Amino acid sequence: MVMAEPTVTSANTDAGELSLARSVPPARRHNRVHRQRLFAAWMFLIPMLVVLAAVAGWPLMRTIWFSFTDASFSDISTYSMIGFENYLVYDNGAWYGVLADPSWWRAVWNTLFFTVVSVGAETVLGLIIALTLNAQFRGRGLIRAATLIPWAIPTIVSAKMWGWMLHDQFGIINDLLMTLGVIAEPLNWTANSDLSMWAVIMVDVWKTTPFMALLTLAALQMLPSDCYEAAKVDGIHPVRVFFRVTLPLIYPALMVAIIFRVLDALRVFDVIYVLTSNSEDTMSMSVYARQQLVEFQDVGYGSAASTVLFLIIALLTISYLYLGRKQFGGDA
Amino acid sequence: MNRRLLKKIAAKTGFGLLLAAIMLFTVFPFYYAIVTSFKSGSELFSIDYWITSFNLENYQAVLGQSSFVSSIWNSILVSTSAVAIAMLFGLTAAYALGRVHFRGRGTVLMIVLGVSMFPQVAVLSGLFEVIWAFDLYNDPLSLVFSYTIFTLPFTVWVLTTFMRQLPKELEEAAIVDGASPVVTLFKVFIPLMGPAMATTGLLAFIAAWNEFLFALTFTLTDDQRTVPVAIALITGGSQHELPWGHLMAASVVVTVPLVVLVLIFQRRIVSGLTAGAVKG
Repeated sequence: MVMAEPTVTSANTDAGELSLARSVPPARRHNRVHRQRLFAAWMFLIPMLVVLAAVAGWPLMRTIWFSFTDASFSDISTYSMIGFENYLVYDNGAWYGVLADPSWWRAVWNTLFFTVVSVGAETVLGLIIALTLNAQFRGRGLIRAATLIPWAIPTIVSAKMWGWMLHDQFGIINDLLMTLGVIAEPLNWTANSDLSMWAVIMVDVWKTTPFMALLTLAALQMLPSDCYEAAKVDGIHPVRVFFRVTLPLIYPALMVAIIFRVLDALRVFDVIYVLTSNSEDTMSMSVYARQQLVEFQDVGYGSAASTVLFLIIALLTISYLYLGRKQFGGDA
Repeated sequence: MNRRLLKKIAAKTGFGLLLAAIMLFTVFPFYYAIVTSFKSGSELFSIDYWITSFNLENYQAVLGQSSFVSSIWNSILVSTSAVAIAMLFGLTAAYALGRVHFRGRGTVLMIVLGVSMFPQVAVLSGLFEVIWAFDLYNDPLSLVFSYTIFTLPFTVWVLTTFMRQLPKELEEAAIVDGASPVVTLFKVFIPLMGPAMATTGLLAFIAAWNEFLFALTFTLTDDQRTVPVAIALITGGSQHELPWGHLMAASVVVTVPLVVLVLIFQRRIVSGLTAGAVKG
């Protein structure tokens, strides 16, 4: 009754509107409201979609277009079409183009290696941190806050900070390892071709493990406590409980987090560019494409590399969505 | 009895060590940057684990450099504007996606998610052409425009999740009262979305603040740079002459506000991050 009062007041002030609504049969009135809402929904969506088309759709189409041209960064408005030559061309007894460039394949391999190793390490470390934070102890808030610090630090800054810690002469890591007797002489982490990729992975793991830990922790906290009580009553070993109960239950959430990280790692740029600049040993696909585009001013060739990178990521995303849809019964 | 006690102590110590290791792992690099930033001259080349000197020379040098200060302003301007644009278009879109059932909603959500997964380098040459055409090259405005590519999908995605969590009754009451969708959004939902908007805005702000690739490519002169590019381009004569003291001071200057924000809003941030990903 209390709820009805404002409606009565509005009926007094706006009687015409209300009587119109009354004269329409309920089903049709509902229909009208629904149509109005549908119309409004699209009106709300269209500006957002137009902006996305302008900042993402159009530039992507232009990049693909440029990949078939010989455009240059210094003057992007004059170019001619050269077909697939940026991708692959046979000329004078040799193959040219992105797909025939060993540096590109090196970059592809580097990116894949980086992605698999760093996401793998982040998942495991993130899981360990999440399981720890899921326990009840004093100072838990403090530790959780501390894990957010690497996440908040800009990638560039963390790359520089680690660059300093990994410095070959004055770096604290070399000092520590030598004090502990692990290594005999200082290592040149960022310049040594065997080590530089590991240095990059180290920085990335440090920076993004908190993200994995927090997502995993959120999944852990949604778990029902009754199956744990049951396991405790039955006296099952905690390790067994983890692999038999916890892991299967958080698996879907963990998979989503891993997919996010994999897609993110495949386009890695900042950390590699800052830590090891354009070194062949660590160059990722994004670094390769940008080097061609900006430093070598070859927009056509760089766009071809970017397009291939885009296709690889798109293919992975689509196959994941397709598999996910199949697995979760069409409700993805 | 004694063995059980011993076992309990061992477990407690192990757990304590694990906590200490986590703490060290997450905090140490930042702590070490602070330690280094207070050193000057040859002090830099002795390795210390504690703060041994308190010298503000590096900070004075960095903040006395007008191009670094202007890069801070550029970063603030660019990140704030990019977030404001994302909020403007994101809120209405999130209402439509979160509260209205219509055909094609799944497709729109997939487009939004797809754009946020985009490799940025894939739009680099296309964006460069657009920016060139609008005469925005070497202008922070070019970054406001290009950052929308990640702030907008993110904002839409997270706000949609938050919108869905609001009770249905609110909206039904508004419909019964004859409120139009626009009124429902602005009078009913937006007032309730304050915390969600703060969270989303903060996360989008951090993403924009940290962006590097576009900022590196679309700006040219020192006074138009944003903070990450300014820091990345601090150089000395050669690799061994990098002014590490200045670098660490600059790093601390741009990171401390973020860390403080994150620590203040940590609960919000965690809920925002999980809304963005787990519900995906």
